[in-house]
Amino acid sequence: MLTPTPVYLDHAATTPVLDEVVEVVVRTMRQVGNASSLHSPGREARRVVEESRERVAEALRVRPSEVIFTSGGTESDNIAVKGTYAARLAAGRDSGARRDRLVVSGVEHHAVLDSVEHLVRHQGARVTWVEPDADGVVTPQALAAAIEADGGPGTVALASVMWANNEVGTVQPVPELAAVAHEHDIPFHSDAVQALGQVPLDLSAVDLGVVTGHKIGGPLGVGVLTAGRDQSPVPLTHGGGQERQLRSGTLDTPGIAGLAEAVAHAAEHQASHARHLSVLRDALIEGALALDDGITVSGRWSPGDVTGRLPGNVHLRVADCEGDSLLYLLDAAGIACSTGSACQAGVPRPSHVLLAMGVPEAEARGALRLTLGHGSERADVDAFLAALPPALERARRAHAASRSRA
Amino acid sequence: MRVVAAMSGGVDSAVAAARMIDAGHEVVGVHLALAQSAATLRESARGCCTLEDAGDARRVADRLGIPFYVWDMAERFREDVVEDFVAEYAAGRTPNPCLRCNEKIKFAALLDKALALGFDAVATGHYAQVVEVPDAAAPGGVRRELHRAVDAAKDQSYVLGVLDAEQLAHSFFPLGDTTKPQIRQEAAERGFSVAKKPDSHDICFIADGDTRGWLADRLGSRPGPVVDPDGTVLGEHGGAHGYTVGQRRGLGLKVPPADGSKRYVVSTDTTTNTVVVGPEELLGVDLVAADHVRWCGPAPTGELRVGAQVRAHGQEHPATVQVESGGGSPDRLTVRLDERIRGVAPGQSVVLYDGTRVVGSGTIARAGRASGATVG
Repeated sequence: MLTPTPVYLDHAATTPVLDEVVEVVVRTMRQVGNASSLHSPGREARRVVEESRERVAEALRVRPSEVIFTSGGTESDNIAVKGTYAARLAAGRDSGARRDRLVVSGVEHHAVLDSVEHLVRHQGARVTWVEPDADGVVTPQALAAAIEADGGPGTVALASVMWANNEVGTVQPVPELAAVAHEHDIPFHSDAVQALGQVPLDLSAVDLGVVTGHKIGGPLGVGVLTAGRDQSPVPLTHGGGQERQLRSGTLDTPGIAGLAEAVAHAAEHQASHARHLSVLRDALIEGALALDDGITVSGRWSPGDVTGRLPGNVHLRVADCEGDSLLYLLDAAGIACSTGSACQAGVPRPSHVLLAMGVPEAEARGALRLTLGHGSERADVDAFLAALPPALERARRAHAASRSRA
Repeated sequence: MRVVAAMSGGVDSAVAAARMIDAGHEVVGVHLALAQSAATLRESARGCCTLEDAGDARRVADRLGIPFYVWDMAERFREDVVEDFVAEYAAGRTPNPCLRCNEKIKFAALLDKALALGFDAVATGHYAQVVEVPDAAAPGGVRRELHRAVDAAKDQSYVLGVLDAEQLAHSFFPLGDTTKPQIRQEAAERGFSVAKKPDSHDICFIADGDTRGWLADRLGSRPGPVVDPDGTVLGEHGGAHGYTVGQRRGLGLKVPPADGSKRYVVSTDTTTNTVVVGPEELLGVDLVAADHVRWCGPAPTGELRVGAQVRAHGQEHPATVQVESGGGSPDRLTVRLDERIRGVAPGQSVVLYDGTRVVGSGTIARAGRASGATVG
C-alpha cells in the first residue's frame, strides 16, 4: 500500500472513474443475461448493449452499425491495422494489385507501431513512415508524399495517423489527412484515444477510428473501434461472431453501459472541459517556464489554444536531467506524473515521438509529461510548481553523479 | 535514514529490503537494469538482468509496500564491467567482474545517484557485516569496518573488498549475521514468492555460462602454440585469452605427457599468444604482486600479517604483506604467502583479512616463487 497520492497529473495514462459511470456499471452488473441469448434476460442485456451503441454512435458522429465494442484502444488499433491490411492485401490480389504497404506516422502509439512492425516482420508488409515536423504535426503534404513514394498509391493498404498524440499533445489535421488518403481510395485509420473529450471529434471523417473508456472517466478494459460500413477488416478473434463478425466474444454488458455513459459525458462536456483544462495547462506551462531553468515545452503551444494542442497536455523537457529521477522525486513529494514514453521492463527509453520530432536523445531523456483531466484544479498546478524547483535541483545532481566516472 | 534497497529479484535482496524497513528506515526499492537487452525471460536465476527478475523484485516491493523503480545503468555497466572484463581477458588476465561491479556500479554509480537524490545509504543482500567501531579520528566518532558474514559458506566479503571507507559509510548489508537457510526460511515466512528461487551464480552477463565461447565471440579466434616449460610445441590453441592458469580441461593436446602426469596451464602470454602447460607442481606460488589497491578503511603502511584470499570462495592463506605507499602514486602490494598455493592468476583479486575484518584488496599483477622464476 503506497501513500495516497493527492496530486494526480497523469490523466493520459488513466482517469478516475466518474461517479455516474460507477453507478451504471454496478447496476448493470447485477443483471443476468448474455446479449446473444434469445430469452428475456438476454433481450434485456441486448437492449442495454444496443442503447449504449446508439449513445456512443451519436457522440462519435457515426452510425450505430459502425460501432464495434472491444477491450480497449490497443485491441481496436490491432484490428484496424492488421485486419485492414489482411483484407486489403487479399482484395488487391484478386484485382492484380500488390497492396502490401502501410503509410503510418512516426508518432503513433505502440499499439499501432508494434502492429505495423509485426506485419513487416511476419507478414511481408512494407511500411512508409510519415515523419512529423518539429512540433509533431503530420502535414497533408507529408502524407501525400509518403503515399506517392515506394510504388505509389496503388500499393497502399492503409494510412494511419493518430488524432492527438499521447505524449506531446499535438492534434493532427485528421479530416485533411483523411481526405488525402481518400483521393486514392485508401482507407484511413486514426487512434483518437487521447482526443475524445478534449477536442471536437467526428469519427465519420475516418474509415477506422479508435477510442477507449478509461481515458475519459469510463471503465478500464472496454473500448470502441468505429469501422465504416464499407470496411471489413479480417477479424483477429474468432468465435460467436459478435460485433459484425469482427470481434467475437460475449459482450461485456456492464462495461459497455459504463463506456457509453462516459463517452456521452465526454462529448457533451467537451467544450467547457477544454476551456477549463486549457487554463490549468497554460498556468502550468507558464509557471514552469517562469523558473527560467532549462525547461522547454514540447510540441506547439500558445496560451488559450484548445484545438492545436490537447487542452490537458503539458510536456516539458528539462535539460541535464533524467526524467525518471524527476518522476521519483515528484512521486515522493506526492505528485503523480509520467515521463510520457513507454518502458521496457520499467526502464525508460528515449521517446520515439520526441526522436521523430528531431529532439536529440540526451534531451529526450529529460522528458516530463503532466496531463490534466476531470477533477484537476488550480491547487494541483500550484502543488506541482512548488515541488518542481527542489526536484530539479536534486535530479540535476543525480544526473551529474551518474555521468561522472569514478 | 532514507535507504535505497538494491533489489535484484532474488531472495537475499528481498529479505535485506524487508529488514531495512523493520529497522525503521524509509526504504525505496531499486532494480538495476544492467543488460543491454532486458527483454528475455529466463528460467534459471543466473543473474539479475531479466524481465522476470525485475518482475520478481517489483512483486516483493509491492508486498513490502515500498516504492520501486528500475534504474537503467546498462551503459555504465557495459563500459565499466563488461568491456573491462573483455579487455582483461584480452590482456591475458582473469578478472572477477563482481568486484568491478561493486566498485564501479553498485557502490559508485548507484550510490552516487542515490545520495544525489537525497538518500543516505544503499542496502544490498550481500552476505557480509559492517561493524561500527568507536574511533575519535573518524567523522561522527565511529568507523565502519567490513567483516566476513556469519555464514562462512555464503560469505561475500571477498567481492566487497574493493569498497573504500567512504563507500562503506553509506552501505548496509543486513544479512551478514544470518545463514542462508535462515534467510530462505525468513523469506518464506514473509510470504515472498522468491523464497525458493535458486541462487544466482556464474557471470550475470554471460547467459549460458560459457565464458570461453562468449569471449571467443568478442575476441575472435587467434590460434597459437601450446608449449611445455622447455618451449616444445605440444599442440595448438584458439587464443591464449581462453586459458586460465591452473586450467586442466580443454587443452586439446594430442601428445601424451612422457611421464603420464596431468598437465595444467601454468602461464599464458597474450603478447606472444603462447600457452605454457606443465605438471601440477609448477602451479604453486608464494609471492604475489598486486596493484589497483583499495583499502576498506585507513590505509596501512609498511608490513602487516594478514590472511590472503585469491578467489571468491577460496581458502584464506596466512601471509605477510609489504605495502608500497607511492606517495602521490597508487599503492602496490607484495604478498608473501607462508606456503605455496595454486590457482593464482593475474587479474584475480587478492583480498586481505585481519581476523574477520577485510583490510583491503589488490588486483594481482604477477605471481611467482620467492625462490624461483616468476610464473604467470
